[in-house]
Amino acid sequence: MVLAPLVIVHLVTMVYVIQDGLTAAEILDRTRGSLLWDTIYSTFVVAAAVHAAIGLRTILGEMTPLRDGIRDIVALAFAAAILLLGFRAVAAVT
Amino acid sequence: MTAVSDSNSLGDLKIEIWRGEAEGEFRSYTVPHQTSQTILDVVTYVQRKLDSSLSYRFACRVGMCGSCAMTVNGSPRWTCRTHVSEVLEDGNRVRIGPLRNLPVIKDLATDMSDFFDKWAKAGGQFRPSKPKSLEFSEISPNSKERREADAGVECIGCGVCYAACDVVNWNKDYLGPAALNRAWTLVNDVRDANRDAHIAAVSVDAGCHACHTHGNCANHCPKGINPTASIAGLKRAAFGAALRGKL
Repeated sequence: MVLAPLVIVHLVTMVYVIQDGLTAAEILDRTRGSLLWDTIYSTFVVAAAVHAAIGLRTILGEMTPLRDGIRDIVALAFAAAILLLGFRAVAAVT
Repeated sequence: MTAVSDSNSLGDLKIEIWRGEAEGEFRSYTVPHQTSQTILDVVTYVQRKLDSSLSYRFACRVGMCGSCAMTVNGSPRWTCRTHVSEVLEDGNRVRIGPLRNLPVIKDLATDMSDFFDKWAKAGGQFRPSKPKSLEFSEISPNSKERREADAGVECIGCGVCYAACDVVNWNKDYLGPAALNRAWTLVNDVRDANRDAHIAAVSVDAGCHACHTHGNCANHCPKGINPTASIAGLKRAAFGAALRGKL
């Protein structure tokens, strides 16, 4: 509901940027100081972190001996890593 | 069993059957191949003529009860409905084992307690909304809900889907396709008193959301039921219930 539309937004944006041949400077020109891009991509980071961590937790339970508490901790750590890397990226461009 | 004359025989089969419990081995037997012979015929021949210590289950032997389900060359099947000629490997080999994902009692007989416990855990009981009413409920067989329920209601609990499911193999708490399919038929039974309770029972950690939509259950169901579709329905119902604040 949240992640799917944001993925589409991201894909469309990336295709546009690359097809249009925008330089890094031109991209940053449009994204720096933009509340819109900040909001869109910050939401994307949170949604991706939640989705990926839940999915990874399931796969860890099925493919490894990890269970219960330790599995949840690993999943949360993964979510934290995505949030960290994601917000770092958002901060860099907005 | 009548004696097999050479003119009826299609040659000899190399049969391997699991002997033991969780620990054990496949033992080899030579069984004459006959026309229209089923895997159940083969197992029966071994038990009666070659090794009376072999343990296996069957009942109706005509494809109605599901008791004879076993793993035949890697696939869970009803052995009374499996012609030997359909499954031969390398010309004349068949490997027969107990159903996967269930504890083995002995040889080809498994303990199905977990299978039925999960049926109960998934809320597989009908609760009447009008228990004291003497009126018949009028349900159109063509209504959307009834068609959904009817598609899944013929399940006889044979365990083939449960054996086929890889998620059952990977996650011992996963309720499994049969239990979830039954829950779906009740979610679609408009006479049931508490549809939301059924949805809540399957929306647990190892419930409908654990299904990866592999579809092996639907692929193997001898009654042509599609538990994958039922589980997809449960996922949609759970989403709806969450939006309504009922989860």
